[in-house]
Formats: sequence, structure tokens, C-alpha cells
Amino acid sequence: MVAVGRVEDVLAGTVVRAARLMRDLDDQIPGALEELKALYPHTGGAFIVGVTGNPGSGKSTIVDCLIAQYREAGLRVGVVAIDPSSPYSGGAILGDRIRMQRHATDDSVFIRSLATRGHLGGLSRSTQDIITVMDAMGHDVIIVETVGVGQDEVDVVSTAHTSVVVVVPGLGDEIQAIKAGILEIADILVVNKADRDGADRTVADLSMMLDLRAKGAKTVRILKAVAIKEGGMVELVEAVDLHRRELDSETEGRRRGLERAETRLKDLVRTLALERALALLESGDGLSALVERIAEREIDPYSAAEQVLAELMGNP
Amino acid sequence: MSTKRKIRILVAKPGLDGHDRGAKVVARALADAGYEVIYTGLHQTPDMIAAAAVQEAVDLVGLSIMSGAHMTLFPAVQKALEKRGVSDLPIFGGGIVPEEDKAALLEGGVDALFTPGTTTTEIIDWIEANVRPKVEG
Repeated sequence: MVAVGRVEDVLAGTVVRAARLMRDLDDQIPGALEELKALYPHTGGAFIVGVTGNPGSGKSTIVDCLIAQYREAGLRVGVVAIDPSSPYSGGAILGDRIRMQRHATDDSVFIRSLATRGHLGGLSRSTQDIITVMDAMGHDVIIVETVGVGQDEVDVVSTAHTSVVVVVPGLGDEIQAIKAGILEIADILVVNKADRDGADRTVADLSMMLDLRAKGAKTVRILKAVAIKEGGMVELVEAVDLHRRELDSETEGRRRGLERAETRLKDLVRTLALERALALLESGDGLSALVERIAEREIDPYSAAEQVLAELMGNP
Repeated sequence: MSTKRKIRILVAKPGLDGHDRGAKVVARALADAGYEVIYTGLHQTPDMIAAAAVQEAVDLVGLSIMSGAHMTLFPAVQKALEKRGVSDLPIFGGGIVPEEDKAALLEGGVDALFTPGTTTTEIIDWIEANVRPKVEG
């Protein structure tokens, strides 16, 4: 199923072919994985910025401003924008492009919308693969906009070099700010809609949260922004650049690179092992037989699961 | 590995009119039917629509036109798509299109036109009959 010459076309930056490959990866067409493997050695050149935050905090508008600035600097920009799939219909309305329309016909900007398709963590399962294709196409910067998240959707941190977390004023008292989760992953915290009441208070709360951390914790910058008026966006790009330079200059960059690779490997092993185990379970009538035995208390579910796994290990 | 294709549809409003309620209702109905709908909002130029269709690798483009400029805008979008290298993409339209223009547009390569009074179920049935086989084929 490998499309003839598509790897070469993607490396040459052919948009139609690259977009189709992304589609095949999102749809989990097996042949597409072979192409992805061939692209991998040609990647690693792109700098990846993650933008995450609550629904309605202004992520898309911030991404729009980032695109504008990176384009001004002459960089090629890829954007992966993720919105949730409906848990009921499986469908989705992907509307992040609306705020990025001024870049629609700029051939140095490639925007791809993805639906989560049931994947948790704030990204779609295919996000990393789509980034790989954009990287191989030669994009200098790739911006990943997660779904509007709550407190625990932190996958973006293992995907991006720099994680930007967007918050808005008035989300609650300071106790919200010391909770674990989303705020911990930030390299840069943006208090957007800072022309609203309470922005300074939010900045103060966030600073306090950062001060409470152990000595030697990473540097986190806090910025105020009014993205809809492009306020604070120059400062945001500067903060991203600063963070990038820190990654380059210290062993931190290599450490994070290894961390990302390890997370990715473990994720894939987990996914593939699960798929194969379930396929094995559902082939033949083994599943219904096992299920019946568990229900009849002839075997306990742990032993049954171990049996399935033992069979899987014997059949790579 | 599951290989079931998810149908992706671009819903766009070309031209200058500001009435996107119809487009939003259709987008919502299509999402409820299980499709992934990329909605790009108002005032799209034909080339903006074509660029989005290519980058998003959609199976189908839906255009909502209420301005009366359908005889210009449909061919312009078709041309823009061709220019960006996807001449085989199905296009459907919704909005106000007089009967006498309908025939000409369908003749010119627009795949289906749904005018006021059409139920969203009719649109979904048409997609299942005409687009699904190509996507999964």
C-alpha cells in the first residue's frame, strides 16, 4: 500500500502528497507507517512549540500571532491544531483555522486540523506522526495547539520543545494555582485577556506558585498578553527564543530529547502491544471461552490476562 | 490495526455575504453524522478554500452561497482546487441557487446542490451513497 515515490515527494515539500500521507497516518493505514519510518532520519530540524490551556483561553488567537511573527522572520511554519471528537457520534467540528485565516494562502504555512478520535491527553494519537511529516517537509517551527484542556491533559510536554500554557484571569483562588498538572508543564505561562480585571492578581498567584517550588526547579516565565490585539506577542516569541537558547546551551536540550524519545517509545510499545493483544483475543473463539470461564469463576481475570499475554509474547 | 477511513469535509463560505447560520447547521449535522468537519468561517476567497482543502486532505468540499454569486464562485473554487493539484475533489453546494442555474452548475462539475428545504438527512444520504464508496475504495 505504499504510495509510489511519496517519501521523496514529502521530502521535496509537495503539499498535496504530504497532506495525503498525514491523512493515511491519521486513518492508521498500515502502508503509511512504512513511509513514516523512511521519513524519520530526515527529521529533527524543526523546533516544536506546544500551546495548551483551557477552552476559550485564546490558544488559536495566540497561535495565529505566533505564525505571523515567525513568518516575518522568514521561517516556514507548520501548525497542528487539535479539537475534540464527539464521544457520541465520533464526528468533530474542527474550527481552529478560523482564527488563522490571514495565513490561509501563505505557501510557507501548513495548517492541519486533527480530531482526538477518542485519544486522551490533549492530543490525537496521530499528532506525533503528523509532526514528523511536517518536520520532514522542512518546516522550521511547528506549533501544536492542544484541545482545550482541564488540569490533567499534559501530553504536549513530551511532544514540544517549549510548552506554552495559556490561562485567563479569574479562574479561581490561589489554591488552583498550586495544584499539580497543567501548570507544572509550562515553560512559559501566558496570562491572556490581561485587559480584564484580575490579571495582576493571576500573575501574582502564578508567581507565588512558582516560588513554592523546590530549589533548582526549571525557569518558568510569566507573561501578560492581549492576543486579540496582538499585545504581548513579541514578548512571547522572545520568551520562546530564550527558552530555546537555554535548551541549546545546556545539557537540558539533550536530556529533554532523550526524555521525549523514551516517552514516544513507551507510548508506541503500549499501543502496539495493546492492539496485538486485543487482536489475538478477538481472533477465533478464545475470547468468549475465556470470558465465560471468568464469569463462571473457573479462572480469575488476572490469570486469564496473564495467559493472553503469555500467548502474545510467544507469537510476536 | 483498524483501517476504517473517517470522512473529512471542508465547509466554507466563499464571498461577501455574512449569513453563516445555514453553513453552521450543516456543519453540525455532518459532525453529528460522524464526519470530521473543518469549518473555516466567513468571507473565504476561492484560493483560501482550495488551500485549506489541500492541507486538510478532505474528501469533500461544501460551499454555502447566499449572495447570488454562485455562477462565479463555484467555478472559481473548482479552478483554485485544480491549480493546487486536486481537480478530482467532489464539491457540493448549499444556499440559494435558482433552478435554471442549478443545471448549469451540475453540468459544470458541481456534484450536488442542496437548496432551501433540503433536510440534513438528505445531504448525509448523498454523502454515504456518493462519497463513502470512493473514500473506502
